[in-house]
Amino acid sequence: MTLRLTNTAKTYPDGTRALLPTGLTVDTGEVVSLLGPSGCGKTTLLRIIAGLETPDAGGEIWFDEDNVTALPVERRNVGMVFQSYALFPNMSVRANIGYGLKMQRLPKPEIDARVHEVLDMCQLGDFSHRDIAALSGGQRQRVALARAIAPRPRVLLLDEPLSALDAALRETLRDELAILLRKFEITAIFVTHDQDEAMAIADRVAVMSQGRVAQSGTPEELYRNPQSAFVAGFVGNAMQLKGQIDGSALMLPGGVLPLQQDGTGQDVFVRAEDVLVDPTGPLSGQVESVTFLGTHYRVSIRGIMTDVLTSIFPGQNAPKPGDTVQISIKPEALMLLQQTGSAE
Amino acid sequence: MFNSKAKMLQLTVTLTACAFLLIPTILSVMAGVTANYFQGISSGLTFKWVYKVWELYADSIFLSLWIAIACLFVTLIIGLPAAYGLARHPGWLSRLLEEFISLPLAVPGLALALALLQLYGSMKGFRVSWTFILVGHVLYTLPFMVRSILAVLAAMDLKTLEEGAASLGASPWQRFRDIVVPNAMPGILAGALTVVTLSIGEFNLTWMLHTPYLKTLPVGLADSYASMRLEIASAYTLVFFVLIVPLLMAMQWASARAQRIAQ
Amino acid sequence: MNNRNFVLACLTPLLIFSLAFLALPLVRLFLASGEGDAGWAIYLDILRKPRYLNTLVLTVLVSLATTFAALAISTTAGMFLSRNRFRGRGLLLSIMTLPLAFPGVVIGFLIILLGGRQGLINQITPGHVVFAYSVIGLFLGYLYFSIPRVLLTVMAAAEKLDPALEEAARTLGASPYRVVVDVIMPGLMPSLIAAGAIAFATAMGAFGTAFTLATNIDVLPMVIYTEFTLSANIAMASALSIVLGIVTWILLLIARSLSGTTVAAGG
Repeated sequence: MTLRLTNTAKTYPDGTRALLPTGLTVDTGEVVSLLGPSGCGKTTLLRIIAGLETPDAGGEIWFDEDNVTALPVERRNVGMVFQSYALFPNMSVRANIGYGLKMQRLPKPEIDARVHEVLDMCQLGDFSHRDIAALSGGQRQRVALARAIAPRPRVLLLDEPLSALDAALRETLRDELAILLRKFEITAIFVTHDQDEAMAIADRVAVMSQGRVAQSGTPEELYRNPQSAFVAGFVGNAMQLKGQIDGSALMLPGGVLPLQQDGTGQDVFVRAEDVLVDPTGPLSGQVESVTFLGTHYRVSIRGIMTDVLTSIFPGQNAPKPGDTVQISIKPEALMLLQQTGSAE
Repeated sequence: MFNSKAKMLQLTVTLTACAFLLIPTILSVMAGVTANYFQGISSGLTFKWVYKVWELYADSIFLSLWIAIACLFVTLIIGLPAAYGLARHPGWLSRLLEEFISLPLAVPGLALALALLQLYGSMKGFRVSWTFILVGHVLYTLPFMVRSILAVLAAMDLKTLEEGAASLGASPWQRFRDIVVPNAMPGILAGALTVVTLSIGEFNLTWMLHTPYLKTLPVGLADSYASMRLEIASAYTLVFFVLIVPLLMAMQWASARAQRIAQ
Repeated sequence: MNNRNFVLACLTPLLIFSLAFLALPLVRLFLASGEGDAGWAIYLDILRKPRYLNTLVLTVLVSLATTFAALAISTTAGMFLSRNRFRGRGLLLSIMTLPLAFPGVVIGFLIILLGGRQGLINQITPGHVVFAYSVIGLFLGYLYFSIPRVLLTVMAAAEKLDPALEEAARTLGASPYRVVVDVIMPGLMPSLIAAGAIAFATAMGAFGTAFTLATNIDVLPMVIYTEFTLSANIAMASALSIVLGIVTWILLLIARSLSGTTVAAGG
């Protein structure tokens, strides 16, 4: 199914504009992630697609050739996985998964067959008669997914489906979820505030900020080619190198960096992994702190710019706090973005 | 708590209070099965007073049971959807409505009965029917039913559960039937037992609303205290205890369970 | 039907019922209070006429006495029962909560069995000791009614007190007495005020107990009853009911805002 939203906005009765007029198209079988900090409007957008919120007048939601804008949620045939899973505590795993099929008034044998199929697909066969209360967090998450998918919805909507899990489990289930979504071959929209999650699961990521989609593209595009300071900062934690630009040179308190092109009117960003400790580097600063993170060290350096500059140090002999270090950054690693005026 | 002397004092107060509450109850039970209370136990134990009570007051016992069941039925019909409505629409208007229907908890039954009598007393058919008493009982017990269910509903994430059901294609009515009611069950059970217990024991309103032909159990009790010999009054009280004590215990059990769930 | 309409439909039976049988009757009661010879000045009459003023004073005094006695007894017993685990504790607790389901009339009768002409005290003491029909009997009846209710409130609050607070006070060198004064009592205070308000309000409005015991005592519920049935002074009965209702309502409002619970009251 192709999902198409045009001019969709949401203003709450108290005047809060949760979502500014937004257009979005999701192709058949595509998994799109809505990524952004809390309050950016991503969940509102998802709930509007589901039919749990009504968009402001003028917005339209199309499922293929059907305009579903006026349809209530129960008649849209969407599958939804909630942040808290919203599993019915009064029903067993099996009854939860079969509920949507029951609502479609399918004959009992068919319900049983479909529930069985989904249970298998999500590896829940052993738990089918359990109470919801007797399940672990990861199992609940899979039941929620199975329940959403069982009625064969036109689109699958997932609202922060991993955020209720602890960190270790989250990573395992993230990959599992990515595989399952491909297996279902379903159009899916996935809301998250975690960039790793978005990148691991989605074909395409729409980064949202302050009620609008800031940029949309494949994970690689967003990472390598951010079009705004916000996207650069939110995806991959890019740091702004604050200094004076003079043609194709960036003058920092700690030294001068060459740029690949004329940087007039642009802001310059860099990621920590591109900030290299290099005795021949043009910049010099003082190490403020060093954090050991297993595969690498994170080194905070002061004196290169007003703020602290972070570098990833992969080797064995990390510099010590107080050391003076030379830093180099490859010109191609610098991202030049049009100045927006605001600090963000 | 701090030293044994203080502890002894506390224990003494506790035991004295227990004695104060228990002894008259035992006296009443004894008097109900003693042949002649004046002469004491030595006059022999008998069930003749209980039989006598059955002869005299069986109607009032049945009327009380009947009204309690009817009251349960009505409070469920009104209270269950209302609790759901209040839970789904939290806000000052709901708070106000909840506060308003809870007035009968605070305002003495006597005052409510006077109010009902003055507005509906002239509607003769209604005034002399058992439904007039029923209205009083529903008025008094409804807030217990509503709050008991509301407490359980408020403790769960009802809105999200319903959204979950809606996303699976359930209509508002199907959500109410499949999600709301089953999950509210502990509250419904606690509320139901409270309603029945309170209805069977209700006196303040009922005394004002009843007619000579429609006496409930507590009205009959007051009647027997005023006009019957002590043994009959006691035997009648005994019958009341037998009815109400198991209900009270069930009610306390169910309320504790609902409260655990509501936390 | 959309969701909003469904939810509103759910509230409709409640709205209809409480409008017809609560709102309108109360409005009627209020209007009736002004329909007597004195008009709205009837509310001043309550304070001016000795019969009503004395009734008010007596009712308040008996209720106050009940409140403080119930608080003292139930707090002591409640703290004891919630802080100690021993054989028979459950039994004591059952005995003390059993009267929750007893209507006022039954409690009146129990007081008669204790202090009436054929009562236990009269039988086991020399001389003629009959107190059931006096103010003392009424007080004991109200006390009987209030002890279980106050006890449950106190115990619920005692269980919620964080034991770590007491332990912290101990580690800081507080004596057991200071722990009670500085930690336990302040922690219990909202519940004690709430329980006191409940006890006071129920004593003010207790009709059943007064009906069996107070045939010769002018307490508010009995005066309302006799004004209505014997004197047919409907305006005064209504006015007194309104005053009584407002007082008890405000008290229970205070109680609920402090403790968040209302113990199931019985007739």
